[in-house]
Amino acid sequence: MERRRFFGKGFTLLAQFGLISSVFKRASAEPTDYDASKHYYGMGIQVNKCIGCGKCMEACKEENGVPKEPFYFRTWVERYSIKKDGEVIVKSIDPRIDTLGNTVSEKDVMRSFFVPKLCNHCDHPPCVQVCPVGATFKTDDGVILVDSERCIGCRYCIQACPYGARYLNPVTSTADKCTFCYHRITKGLLPACVEVCPTQARIFGDTRSTASPLTRFKRMFKLHVLKPSLNTDPKVQYADLDGEVR
Amino acid sequence: MKRFLQKIPDSLLRVSTVFLVFIALVLTLRSLIPESLKNSEEHRKATIEREVAHPVRHAGSEVCADCHEQYDLKKTGYHKNLACETCHGAAQSHTEDQEVKPVINRKREACTLCHVFNPSRPTGFPQINPVVHNPGKQCITCHNPHDPKPPRVPKDCQACHEQIARTKAVSPHVQLECTTCHNVNEQHKVSPRVIKANIPNDRSFCGKCHATDSTVKETPKVDLSSHGEKYLCWECHYPHMPEVN
Repeated sequence: MERRRFFGKGFTLLAQFGLISSVFKRASAEPTDYDASKHYYGMGIQVNKCIGCGKCMEACKEENGVPKEPFYFRTWVERYSIKKDGEVIVKSIDPRIDTLGNTVSEKDVMRSFFVPKLCNHCDHPPCVQVCPVGATFKTDDGVILVDSERCIGCRYCIQACPYGARYLNPVTSTADKCTFCYHRITKGLLPACVEVCPTQARIFGDTRSTASPLTRFKRMFKLHVLKPSLNTDPKVQYADLDGEVR
Repeated sequence: MKRFLQKIPDSLLRVSTVFLVFIALVLTLRSLIPESLKNSEEHRKATIEREVAHPVRHAGSEVCADCHEQYDLKKTGYHKNLACETCHGAAQSHTEDQEVKPVINRKREACTLCHVFNPSRPTGFPQINPVVHNPGKQCITCHNPHDPKPPRVPKDCQACHEQIARTKAVSPHVQLECTTCHNVNEQHKVSPRVIKANIPNDRSFCGKCHATDSTVKETPKVDLSSHGEKYLCWECHYPHMPEVN
């Protein structure tokens, strides 16, 4: 056996032994009557309804324990200002500053609107492909999750995500992202951002259901997804989406 | 067979012994590793269990209605689709222990978060300019947050200036409309503190009725040139209750 492989194998073994203890620690979690294979979740976002109040961002941080610093978000709202000369200004809003109003004094703005964003929970997720340790994966109900005990914090997935939906959690030093509030949806609750949205700009539901707000949303509006050319097949669909939104 | 073994160089035998021992060691160790470590399915299951076990912070508006049915009026107003926790914050802790009170933010900023004018907001969404819209006043003095409506515009002055109206009602000026002396812009009823009612600013205004050359009948007349000298009329006579004699 080649010396390099010998050492390689030895180190793998050592690392695996280190993991054993952690496996035994998390032994019990009571089985629930929730059947993941019977669901397949998706979200609809009606851009015309978003008022950019930032309640979703606030509620998400509260619900999921995301660090309070203003640069860690699982969901965020972008403000698009398209000028008369065609220039597009995109800024992620900070509700604490922007609610004072008059943030855009530019007289030459042609149109302006807010776009809520979050993890698109792609059917063909690039982040899952690039993870070198298999820490991120798609569940049976279509949600992309991160195994924080396997993640080594290499940031490949953060780079690979075309939507910028991931960030490195400074507390755990692992990749973190929207889970569609997995702990809520498995209990039949709505994700926190959907729950608090004052204008119902966000609609959550099971994509396979025959009658639900999401089905109605998909029937009523002309839908689009972000960056369809990448064939990521997102499960977050947008209504009234402007062509300038990336 | 023995001769065959003797033919093999001694060094090769030793190396292969080490090699075999190593293989045996690896196989033994591998058998010790539990299946859960080698199987990524197990990892995923554990991750899902961890995510599901995450504590719920937002209780959901249906839970609130169990105790707080007095807010039925919210069901018909403009805020009917708002979850309670949109304004009152995450309240799962409140459902578990009633001593923990959810947030009640009465500041203007709590309302302007959604209702300040912002050119990016969708057309038709009710927005105000907080600088000119009754600055310094709490929104809830005029708008009920559980059933917000534009406040009813008062038909007459009495709605706000009741004390003056009562005083005037028993004074010699009872027959005069408020608008006889006060020039009132319609906007005054909407933003009373910003658009103010006009008040007379010189002696000749009172003189229109009370000067000796006035054509108005049955009013006390004075000679403006000799009466009161440099003083303005209302520095001695309160116009809403002028003395009779």
